[in-house]
Amino acid sequence: MAQFLQYAFSGLTVGAVYALVALGFTLIYNASGVINFAQGEFVMLGGMVTVFATMAGVPLPLAALLAIAVAVLVGISLHLFAIEPAKGASAVTLIIITIGASILLRGLASVIFDKRFHALPAFVPGEPLRIGGASILPQSILVLAGAAIIVLLLWLFMSRTLMGKAMIATAANRMSARLVGINTVWIICASFAVSAAIGAVGGILVAPITLTNYDVGTLLALKGFSAAMLGGMGNPLGAIVGGLVVGLLEAFGAGYISSAYKDAIAFIVILLVLFVMPNGLFGKAGVERV
Amino acid sequence: MKMPKISQRHGVVLAILAIVLLLPFVMPSNFYFRIATLTFIFALAVLGLNLVMGYAGQVSLGHGGFFGIGAYAVAVGPVHFGIPGWAALPLGAALAGLIAFLIGRPILKLKGHYLAVATLGMGILIAMVFTNEARFTGGPDGMSVPRLVLFGWAVRGPITWYWVSGITLVIAAWLAMNLIDSPTGRAFRAIHDSEPASGVLGVDVARYKLTAFVLSAVYASIAGAFLALYDGGVTPRTADFLRSIEFVTMAVLGGLGSVIGSLVGAAFLTVLPQVLTVFHDYEHIVLGLLIILFMIFLREGIVPAIANRIFGRQR
Repeated sequence: MAQFLQYAFSGLTVGAVYALVALGFTLIYNASGVINFAQGEFVMLGGMVTVFATMAGVPLPLAALLAIAVAVLVGISLHLFAIEPAKGASAVTLIIITIGASILLRGLASVIFDKRFHALPAFVPGEPLRIGGASILPQSILVLAGAAIIVLLLWLFMSRTLMGKAMIATAANRMSARLVGINTVWIICASFAVSAAIGAVGGILVAPITLTNYDVGTLLALKGFSAAMLGGMGNPLGAIVGGLVVGLLEAFGAGYISSAYKDAIAFIVILLVLFVMPNGLFGKAGVERV
Repeated sequence: MKMPKISQRHGVVLAILAIVLLLPFVMPSNFYFRIATLTFIFALAVLGLNLVMGYAGQVSLGHGGFFGIGAYAVAVGPVHFGIPGWAALPLGAALAGLIAFLIGRPILKLKGHYLAVATLGMGILIAMVFTNEARFTGGPDGMSVPRLVLFGWAVRGPITWYWVSGITLVIAAWLAMNLIDSPTGRAFRAIHDSEPASGVLGVDVARYKLTAFVLSAVYASIAGAFLALYDGGVTPRTADFLRSIEFVTMAVLGGLGSVIGSLVGAAFLTVLPQVLTVFHDYEHIVLGLLIILFMIFLREGIVPAIANRIFGRQR
């Protein structure tokens, strides 16, 4: 039992980060129809900017804010200078653009920062807590709490603010949204900004546990994308569940079956789920018009 | 003045043949032959991917896996089972085709991004076997590949491999062009345009998707075997998901649904990093920037976009 809990804790911690990446994917996808493979780079920026700002003597909270600001700025630039100019291009062309952006951002990070691994000190120092015979780092609890707060804030933003509702409207039907006076270009831009901020927060929270370097974004983007698809593309709830499930599968797979094949177990489950539910766990069946 | 009419099918193959035949006259050193050889090898894999993505319209983020099966076949076969390289290569291609056939049936029912994530998972699973079955594959360090010997003649060196890969590419392009012009190729394009509509018209959608998928897996596997034999070694890096993404990027950059585009896309991502080494640390920045700019300004892919500008839009 203790072992089970131990795996669950580590799975949930990693899963929370995957969930945040998947949520970022979902936001941008819903607003613009773009699958943003540079999503992992926001997580990388969050971690790396915080690390280097604190090394330069900036206090941690300020460094974290700075990192979020940088990620948001990058997100907005990505939209303005790479996605918007290619408006009307096919989905696969847009994906390649985001892959180009991801290579570019990684290149920039390796030059501006460096290629070494870095860790942040834990935000809440202290001994691991013992729960049911398993131990959990206070930082892990912070990651989970942080992810939960982000999800809550996002939900409030979407359901209570005019801009959030405009985002939902844009996701539902861009043409009708424009007809009722929503500036959809602005809204898509905002969704890139929010998505970048979410990714950056995830990167900052997890940096003390998993280390960070210029190259962490690729794998995160992959896992986040898989999680979003497992949940059902375009469904925020699905993204969160998908992220947690992928994290848990990895942890249990590594613990009980084989650590070498931990990614394999996650992907085998994703494949099996998709065979049975071709639109993911929470996805709606699409109707194709001829 | 009326030009003698060459069908597009032959034109494309002749153009690639001309490139293969004429390039050696302008390449001053073995280094250039090496880059050209790598370009041809990757073009072969991208050409196969283009059949499934550009013509049949099915995304695959897993072709690095098939590439790896070919590469490891010519490594594991001779070393562990005593199968000579020339026999291991077609065996690897057959194995890749078989796996594509078995996985393709359930996977190809998925659409769009779901298909992308399923093929991605498939590719990662295949790559993971190479990394973890160290008894056979040497694990993360990889293994060396015995030289290919054909009738007592050791196939080695950049110039020899230039001709082997170049001629193979020409033949592969010729086969692809023939296929595209056949009823099968028309079925591919019908499926690309609309699956339900082509189903209604009597196209066996599942079967043709599978045909394209299996064929592309065989192309990728042969390309992988060539790379392993040419390099004399193979590591899991040969087959990882970055390779799959690289293939898709090559296919889209060069132009989906364009055979010459496959070669141009492969050249773009093979030659450019060599040129960009002059930028040292800034190499990836420039590469990323170029990919973005090319996709913004030539969004249909390099070859179709340029063709459209020269010959006008064919709509």
